[in-house]
Amino acid sequence: MIEIRDLAKSFTLHNQGAAVLPVMANANLHVRPGECVGLIGASGAGKSTLMRMVWGNYLAASGMIRVGTLDVAQAAPRQIIQLRRKTLGYVSQFLRVVPRVPTIEVVAEPLLNLGVPADQARDRAASLLTRLNIPERLWNLSPTTFSGGEQQRVNIARGFAYPYPALLLDEPTASLDAVNGAVVLDLIAEAKARGAAILGIFHDEAARAQVCDRVVDVRDFTPKVAA
Amino acid sequence: MGMLNLNLTAETDQPLLSVQGLTKRYGARIGCADVSFDLFPGEVLGIVGESGSGKSTLLSCLAGHMPPDQGSVIFQTAQGPRDTVTMAEADRRRMARTDWAFVHQNPRDGLRMGVSAGGNVGERLMAIGARHYGDIRDKAIDWLGRVEIAADRIDDRPRAFSGGMQQRLQIARNLVTGPRLVFMDEPTGGLDVSVQARLLDLLRGLVRDMGLSAIIVTHDLAVVRLLADRLMVMKSGHVVEQGLTDQVLDDPQHAYTQLLVSSVLQV
Repeated sequence: MIEIRDLAKSFTLHNQGAAVLPVMANANLHVRPGECVGLIGASGAGKSTLMRMVWGNYLAASGMIRVGTLDVAQAAPRQIIQLRRKTLGYVSQFLRVVPRVPTIEVVAEPLLNLGVPADQARDRAASLLTRLNIPERLWNLSPTTFSGGEQQRVNIARGFAYPYPALLLDEPTASLDAVNGAVVLDLIAEAKARGAAILGIFHDEAARAQVCDRVVDVRDFTPKVAA
Repeated sequence: MGMLNLNLTAETDQPLLSVQGLTKRYGARIGCADVSFDLFPGEVLGIVGESGSGKSTLLSCLAGHMPPDQGSVIFQTAQGPRDTVTMAEADRRRMARTDWAFVHQNPRDGLRMGVSAGGNVGERLMAIGARHYGDIRDKAIDWLGRVEIAADRIDDRPRAFSGGMQQRLQIARNLVTGPRLVFMDEPTGGLDVSVQARLLDLLRGLVRDMGLSAIIVTHDLAVVRLLADRLMVMKSGHVVEQGLTDQVLDDPQHAYTQLLVSSVLQV
């Protein structure tokens, strides 16, 4: 479902002496339907960079990133927009929403964008918020005022509202207590069971051991520094 | 996902608007130069750049407020693709009243300040042939509700409204005729941030529910991140970078975009 081949990435900092920073080279990995692959490697090794290249908000220097039938590295913006609508979901570490929009709408939005009737979309959002222990009295408030852990759970509910065939999860269990962490791991297990291909970053080793079928060390993709 | 009943609209490969080589000079000075892009149905395109970058000139040329020196602006009309640059003035005016809408930064430029709120909305309907007073008033009330203006304000003049309400009234006046393409010039400029957020939410809902395409000119990167699917960055009349909005903002390639993105104050 997700296949990365010979992927390379560098940043050119035009306003800092046009410094070119090669950050990744020869990255190869694949994720099959129903499989969860964990990215490991020290902070700064390129785990999030790799995820963002799959999501399409970081450009690849060269190589291929196939998600479903689309090569994200070559795709036009429109194709990536379509991919994100129906094929690829992403739970980032940060919740980015229009202020004042009620939590229930934030979670239902991916479904509304697909034309799901509003009442069905809200029912689905409500069931996820309930599972993730967000009290109903908060549903009509904007999540921008919530605690970090609550915001993260809203983000997870939003990411799981639609059953995407491919999912990117960036630290989905960080800053969650044991009870909510377990709910998230259940959601991941259910997504795998329905055939989703998941690429994730999990700092929590126990969580990683529970849901990941394999791990890939991104340090293998660090460019060799020329002497 | 058996429980959800998906009703996907067919994807079309026909752009709603196709712009080729659009150029406008003010004497020897460049307003905008060689701008080309396609806009597809339901897409929101953001145009960013600092003052003087040519983004407002470009919007004026696109919307037919100003004739470009070169280039074409092909719009997919009900009768097929037409170049709006070479089209007869009367046809362009009719299109501006029906298929297109233009939301000005200053609501005073898009509203008739001496006419009631209901009149401002109803006037657009009458311009396309609506005559039944009761229908027009009902539709006006419906639209005031959609932009969150209470029905009991229908007979008040826009002068009695706050800036945010005036802007929402301008949006109602523009969208009541069911346009397919909306041009917006700094629609949230000059508003308090809390009012801005409300307007952004409203615009997002309207774009989604009506399947609108929109071109939004702004200097506010936070606004485009939340509203635009795609982004064009302008400098000195030229498009220096364009792409998916979050890609341009998170991994800018051009020196100017990098400067622009890194200059935003974090809150």
